[in-house]
Amino acid sequence: MTLLKRGLTRRRVLQTGMAGIIGSGVAPLMFTKGAWAQEFCNNPTGDTVTLGFVMPLTGAYADEGADQQRAFLLAVEHLNGEGDGGLLPTFSSKVLKGNGILGKKVAYVTGDDQTKSDAGRDAARRMIERDGAIMISGASSSGVAIAEQALCQEMGVIYMAGLTHSNDTTGKDKKRYGFRHFFNAYQSGTAIAPVLGEAYGKDRRAYHLTSDYTWGWTQEESIKNATEAMGWETVAAVRTPVGAGDFSQYITPVLNSGADVLILNHYGFDGVNSLTQAVQFGLRDRQANGKDFQIVLPLVSDLMAQGAGEAIKGIYGTANWDWQLDDAASGAFTRSFGAKYGQPPSQIAQTSYVQALLYADAVERAGTFYPPEVIKALEGFEFDGMGNGPTLYRAEDHQCLKEVLVVQGRENPSTTFDVLQTVQKVGRDVADYDASIFEGELGPYDAALCA
Amino acid sequence: METILAQLLNGLDKGGAYALIALGLTLVFGTLGVVNFAHGALFMLGAFCAVAFRQFITYETVTLDPTKLSPWGAPLEIKTPMAQIWFGDFGAVLINWSVPISILLAIPVMLVIGIAMERGLIKHFYKRAHMDQILVTFGLAIVLQEVVKAIFGANPISQPMPVELRGSADIGAMLGLTPGMVTYPIWRLIYFLFSASIIGAVFAFLRLTTFGMVVRAGMADRETVGILGINIDRRFTIMFGLAAVVAGLAGVMYTPLVPPNYHLGMDFLVLSFVVVVVGGMGSLPGAVAAGFLLGILQSFASMTEIKAIIPGIDQIIIYLVAVVILLVRPRGLLGRRGVMET
Repeated sequence: MTLLKRGLTRRRVLQTGMAGIIGSGVAPLMFTKGAWAQEFCNNPTGDTVTLGFVMPLTGAYADEGADQQRAFLLAVEHLNGEGDGGLLPTFSSKVLKGNGILGKKVAYVTGDDQTKSDAGRDAARRMIERDGAIMISGASSSGVAIAEQALCQEMGVIYMAGLTHSNDTTGKDKKRYGFRHFFNAYQSGTAIAPVLGEAYGKDRRAYHLTSDYTWGWTQEESIKNATEAMGWETVAAVRTPVGAGDFSQYITPVLNSGADVLILNHYGFDGVNSLTQAVQFGLRDRQANGKDFQIVLPLVSDLMAQGAGEAIKGIYGTANWDWQLDDAASGAFTRSFGAKYGQPPSQIAQTSYVQALLYADAVERAGTFYPPEVIKALEGFEFDGMGNGPTLYRAEDHQCLKEVLVVQGRENPSTTFDVLQTVQKVGRDVADYDASIFEGELGPYDAALCA
Repeated sequence: METILAQLLNGLDKGGAYALIALGLTLVFGTLGVVNFAHGALFMLGAFCAVAFRQFITYETVTLDPTKLSPWGAPLEIKTPMAQIWFGDFGAVLINWSVPISILLAIPVMLVIGIAMERGLIKHFYKRAHMDQILVTFGLAIVLQEVVKAIFGANPISQPMPVELRGSADIGAMLGLTPGMVTYPIWRLIYFLFSASIIGAVFAFLRLTTFGMVVRAGMADRETVGILGINIDRRFTIMFGLAAVVAGLAGVMYTPLVPPNYHLGMDFLVLSFVVVVVGGMGSLPGAVAAGFLLGILQSFASMTEIKAIIPGIDQIIIYLVAVVILLVRPRGLLGRRGVMET
């Protein structure tokens, strides 16, 4: 009112305001897609964009980490248009052209998380603060992944988790900036219980040995719930330290516990050691409760199977992916990886490779590196052609929903790599669950400034 | 009864490893007065003698079979161990029995390493404070493990036991219990017997030979033995080498139980020092007794029933016992007056 009294009409106010906006240079940002200027952490300004890969190159999951690193380097190669392109031709989204990400060549930094949360967090922080990483990916331990994911949320950097199977990663510890392509313990329970019931009967007594951290706890809970629901009884659930090496003192009590199934909630070298030691103790040759004693390894990888040798034969488990799947994408990835490294990719290699591509694709579709827009591009994203069948990145918890494999150690492997066979593909509809069964909040989209 | 027997057996095989390492530690401390934090590294080096021997005899030649393709389209690689090419069936036997055979390699290698370690570094610290000795030997342990890491990588390397020894023995049936209720892996039983044999051999060497008698005399009164014109320093150097061999052999035979990595020594070092302290500094029988005692306690503490009452007790039982022993019997179970006392 006051302005109008001084002779300024509404039209003049609007004209003056618009002129000021244009004059101050804000207009280009208002009308241009991706106009978030420097207001986010590590906005790439040069002709390269840096991705940070953190892996366990030492520690209990070091075998997994080595394959994870191979996969990340292959993904970078393909994103930059080198090599045979891997999964770019089979990926249902066609925005990746092999010219980097948004025209910027992809660079990378790597670090060793030592299979320890604090080391992983430190490595990720270094990559963000010192190396300018725009995205962090990696981990093959849920403890490490959850720690890195929380850091990335604080610093405003997107985290594409590697191999993390704990329900907590996309459950109570889920974060807006964290995304998981790998399946989880709940889905393992859903997938494997009917197969175990079919193979071993519904009147069994199970003994759990469990890695004493978030992944072990949630897998134990999920497998217990799923097996008890079909009639199995849980005799005992014993926690074991990560990286124990010698599990004999935990295996001897199993002998006369009244159990007829041993469920090993162990992964990596721990899984290899506990399985081979359990077999050495003659558990698989025993009779208990009038039945053949059985061992189950609910989460198994081909790397573990190779390490376990003879002990893996006939053992049931679940997996995210297997290089012997006969779809075009799995074949393309196996050929690409095998040609470069002389061995087939493991499931951690596949999930890590896919995560790197999914991030790049989301940036391309969003048209910007601005994290909130990239997050929105990933949330609810439906895709195919990555080797897992039709897949959804669920918006509510950032968990990928796709089929789950139930696998078994092959009795007569034809090569050293032919160690697991897929006995059942559990469809996405069966592996699906209500995201609200787990607590936790994703948190805000707000882009932090590396702090 | 069956459960207790199984845990007892487990404690004995665990205790065997603890006792062997602690025995070597005590030998070094008793003779040279050095607190050797590199002793765990000697256990690890012994394990890697087995790894190196196996890698040598399983070194493979690769030939390509153009008639068959790998899943990624390359000609199929056919790998044949060199030992099999050179020695035929005997090569296969060598590979199968590589762990026991590598004992023959480990004995001279560890003896040389032990003597070199003592002459090259540790002898310069005899008259220095225990803290200096701890620092230098701990530093040496880190250097050794980093060297092994650089050569063999960071990952554990599996060492298969001979096929013939992979099964388990029905100990329960042997003792008149229900057959099949107490089975125990053959290799673990062998490890226990091996430990007991080595311990027996060391005690026999010290008790029944002139060399051992002089060493024991030197441990009791070094100056007087020296005055008698005996070169006690040289004998103590040999004892250091012997301690390295004992630790190395413990490491060799341990490899089929847990795949060794460069960190194996550190994993055992702290435990072994606790064993020595519980047994009594400088007491060889104390080290052996405490090794087996703590192995058995650790095994029983891992029983489901015990863990249900005190969760996590399996992780702290050894240290808990050490605290109690230090409180009620500061010299340890069989410790002597005046050792590490002012």
